[in-house]
Amino acid sequence: MQRLTNTAELKVLRDNLLQAQDPHRPIVRVCRGPGCLAVGADKVSQAFQSAIQSQNLEVKVQPLVKDTGCHGFCSQGPLVNLAPANLCYVRVKPEDVEEIVQTTLVKGAVVERLLYSDNGTRYKSAADIPFYRMQQKIILQNIGVIDPLDIHDAIMAGAYHSLAKALIEMSPDDVIRTVEISGLRGRGGGGFPTGYKWKRTVENAQENPGPVYIIANGEEGDPGAFMDRAIMEGDPHAVIEGMAIGAYAMGVNQGFLYVRHEYPIAIRHLAAAIAQARALGLLGKNILGAGFDFDLQINRGAGAYVCGEETAIIASLEGRVGEPVTRPPYPSQQGLWGRPTVINNVETWANVPHIIDHGAQWYADLGAPRSTGTKIFSLVGKVKNTGLVEVPMGISLGALVEEIGGGVPGQGRFKAVQTGGPSGGIIPYELKEEFTDYHFHPPDVKPADKMELSVDFDSMAQTGSIMGGGGMIVMDDHDCVVDLARYFLRFLEEESCGKCLPCRLGLKGMLEFLNNFSQGKGAPADIDALESLGKALVDGSLCGLGRTAPNPVLTSIRYFRDEYLAHIVDHHCPAGVCRDLITYRIDPEICNGCTLCAQTCPQVCITGANQQLHTIDQDACIRCGACMDVCPVDAVVVD
Amino acid sequence: MSSSENPQNQVISFTIDGQPVQARPGWTILETARHYRIHIPTLCFHPALKPWGSCRLCVVEARYGKRGKVMPSCLNPPIEELEVFTDSERVLNVRRWVLEMLLAGCPASREIKKLAAAYGVTSTRFAVTDPEEECLRCGRCVAVCNEVVGVQALTFGSRGVKKVLETPYRVPNNACIGCGCCVSVCPTGALQKRLDTVRGDLSRRTGHGYAH
Amino acid sequence: MKPARQDIEIILEQYPRHPQHLINLLQDVQAEYSYISAEHLTLICDHVGVPVTQAWSVATFYKSFSLEPRGEHEIKVCLGTTCHLKGGQRLVEACERNLGVARGQTTDDLKFTLDTVKCVGACALAPVVMVDEDYLGEANMVILKKRLEQV
Repeated sequence: MQRLTNTAELKVLRDNLLQAQDPHRPIVRVCRGPGCLAVGADKVSQAFQSAIQSQNLEVKVQPLVKDTGCHGFCSQGPLVNLAPANLCYVRVKPEDVEEIVQTTLVKGAVVERLLYSDNGTRYKSAADIPFYRMQQKIILQNIGVIDPLDIHDAIMAGAYHSLAKALIEMSPDDVIRTVEISGLRGRGGGGFPTGYKWKRTVENAQENPGPVYIIANGEEGDPGAFMDRAIMEGDPHAVIEGMAIGAYAMGVNQGFLYVRHEYPIAIRHLAAAIAQARALGLLGKNILGAGFDFDLQINRGAGAYVCGEETAIIASLEGRVGEPVTRPPYPSQQGLWGRPTVINNVETWANVPHIIDHGAQWYADLGAPRSTGTKIFSLVGKVKNTGLVEVPMGISLGALVEEIGGGVPGQGRFKAVQTGGPSGGIIPYELKEEFTDYHFHPPDVKPADKMELSVDFDSMAQTGSIMGGGGMIVMDDHDCVVDLARYFLRFLEEESCGKCLPCRLGLKGMLEFLNNFSQGKGAPADIDALESLGKALVDGSLCGLGRTAPNPVLTSIRYFRDEYLAHIVDHHCPAGVCRDLITYRIDPEICNGCTLCAQTCPQVCITGANQQLHTIDQDACIRCGACMDVCPVDAVVVD
Repeated sequence: MSSSENPQNQVISFTIDGQPVQARPGWTILETARHYRIHIPTLCFHPALKPWGSCRLCVVEARYGKRGKVMPSCLNPPIEELEVFTDSERVLNVRRWVLEMLLAGCPASREIKKLAAAYGVTSTRFAVTDPEEECLRCGRCVAVCNEVVGVQALTFGSRGVKKVLETPYRVPNNACIGCGCCVSVCPTGALQKRLDTVRGDLSRRTGHGYAH
Repeated sequence: MKPARQDIEIILEQYPRHPQHLINLLQDVQAEYSYISAEHLTLICDHVGVPVTQAWSVATFYKSFSLEPRGEHEIKVCLGTTCHLKGGQRLVEACERNLGVARGQTTDDLKFTLDTVKCVGACALAPVVMVDEDYLGEANMVILKKRLEQV
């Protein structure tokens, strides 16, 4: 690759690459997002590679197979997209590849059975599928399209065009002002105004001359959230470019990408992207001849959710345990090695090139007034269409879950949405009350009803939850909020750094309450005590982990107190989840006497002769569910 | 508040529980309170060590205008006209819960029982896992060994509820010089009980150093 | 597991002598040897320049490091939120019963290490179990047993 010595050469490279493209050349884009990989996307890709290369296809132009990042429609994977028709094939198996090659690539026809269909309608083009049609893909626009391991692909899609624009047409202060006016707020969950953070850091550095650092927070710890993973794996240059622009704005020469070690593909793709960017002169010394030096280093996480916290990342980068420290001083004053440091989430950085490209006003007009732009959500749980979606802020929760998500499948009834991961809350489907807030927020955010709740930072905070990084888990009436609150507390108990007493002891303490409730023990007064303990963590904890840990508990008590009372007073779990409050029973109408359950039961507590009804001894049953798993006729029911 | 906002290095005038007080530049709220003999409980604070902010007992509610924030007084400097409350409802709520949980976490500690009783906490509803436990992981021993003595002989292992005071590989550490500073800063009897696990048998010492 | 093991010296040489590389180094050694031995921990400390107490606290704080050898095969049961809602907890307990080890531990014959992870990103297939690099979607004990027999 020839090193680019100025921005004009970048434009020439892009133009040349685009001109060399044959618009009629068929391209097979195979999704290698985490959901599709889990169902064998790699085998599908291999099947395409061998089918196309090994045969002499009767085509004018040899098709190209591209492995791309996440296409987003995870519940329909493995996903394959065929250009130029923008055909979307779903649930593609390796055995289907031969047919696709012959029918679509050679003959130009459609394999009907592989199209996405819903309610009798088949959709040919990805653009028509409701799941996609209702989204507004800006950050996700390249993901699923480009080959993340080929910088030329990224450049053709516009990568580094904004960096060039910033270097040539804008001063560092112009860049900061642009980001400020755009209204961009941190996408990791905190929602802190990005431009303001940059500005303050520069001011601090002026008072205190020396290096300034920037860090990308890729420690995406919320279970069920993989927005940042999709960006790092599918469009790594978006992050690199965003950081380079930020580095230019703030006078930074060294940046760090802190990526959780559970994302080896993301690490590999980022490393390859950095190497290619360096080779082209887009990273390193004298970038594009503009006299500006900037380079990036990848540091791996090591399995600590708490390292999603700013000061914990800094500690980790300094080779210490991920224990947060009190703020102030903020990282913008004293961060990495005591120097002013800006830490932004991966998705936040990925927004920057678009803001520079289209301008601050364009971005400020997107989304909601105080939550501008779009947000990527990981829509999972009891919803028909699961996957990665990008929508403008201010969309209603109902539209997100019902229209894009397709609603709750099967017999379930929509109960609630859990947002923000372990730091977030449980928001009920029927939200009728006036809000009182736990934090300070502008008073003109109206309460919402029936999922008309606006998905933006402030509205979510007013419910007692948080927007969070983007994890959005849909729950139906077979999901118990007491159990879910307990689940999050167990998660956090393992992840707490243990430095401060309110969090280290308090998570265990709250868990004791919840363990009791899930066993039907305790008294109604305990609910109030638990709320009080929760408030002690909110006020007393050292860092965001402890301060937000009570959110699932406090919101579930606030909106689902009756469910708690059912557990405690009636010894009943309405959702049929809490083990000590349910029984498993074999339905005599369905049981066929195959004895599989009796053979599998670890307690050996199922009796019954061959071909006869089997029964479970309730005294010995531990509700492990093994019988339910093996029963071929689904005869085990939950009471 | 940077020094450029306080060019003459003036004292900072604020109030604690309604009482007007003045802090010298660089003082924290806690140091100011101690100067005026206003009592704020602490466990992890020690004048010879950098404030750590882990016990959170020293929290106060600081109000400026309408906003009230609960914060550790050992780590935060005051600003002009700040109103600090050492016994507000939110503050007492934090202290009482922390002390009640400490009674379960460190049941063998006399000092904690006394401190808890001072705030009306005389029993605990939480489960006791180790009736002999006294260590509250305040971090003073590790800090004194790192910052003051400088031999770095002991540390914390693991995290969260499993966080425990120990030496590498849980064998006595040659780096320990037997100075006893860790014992003298320990707020309970915890380190006293386990000193031999750090120091080992003095008669078999061959000297000290770092990585062995 | 790779057949030939890289000499620890070669791994160390890839990083400058600075504390900021402590975790990266520990990760590489963990990946290469499946655990961090006392000898290697000392070598790492000396290379990056941190006291052994600091390296110890780091090695025990972060979940991805193991101070004991791990099994030949890693079984990871996902306990992300969606997997939990679809019965991940029961699956972990079934694995513990069947393999005879608690989560985080390795079988006596060093063949399997059982662990839990929080979210592998395959939520549409919950509950998910990973055996080494393979994903088992909508898993239960029956499916898992079959897969383990293949190993």
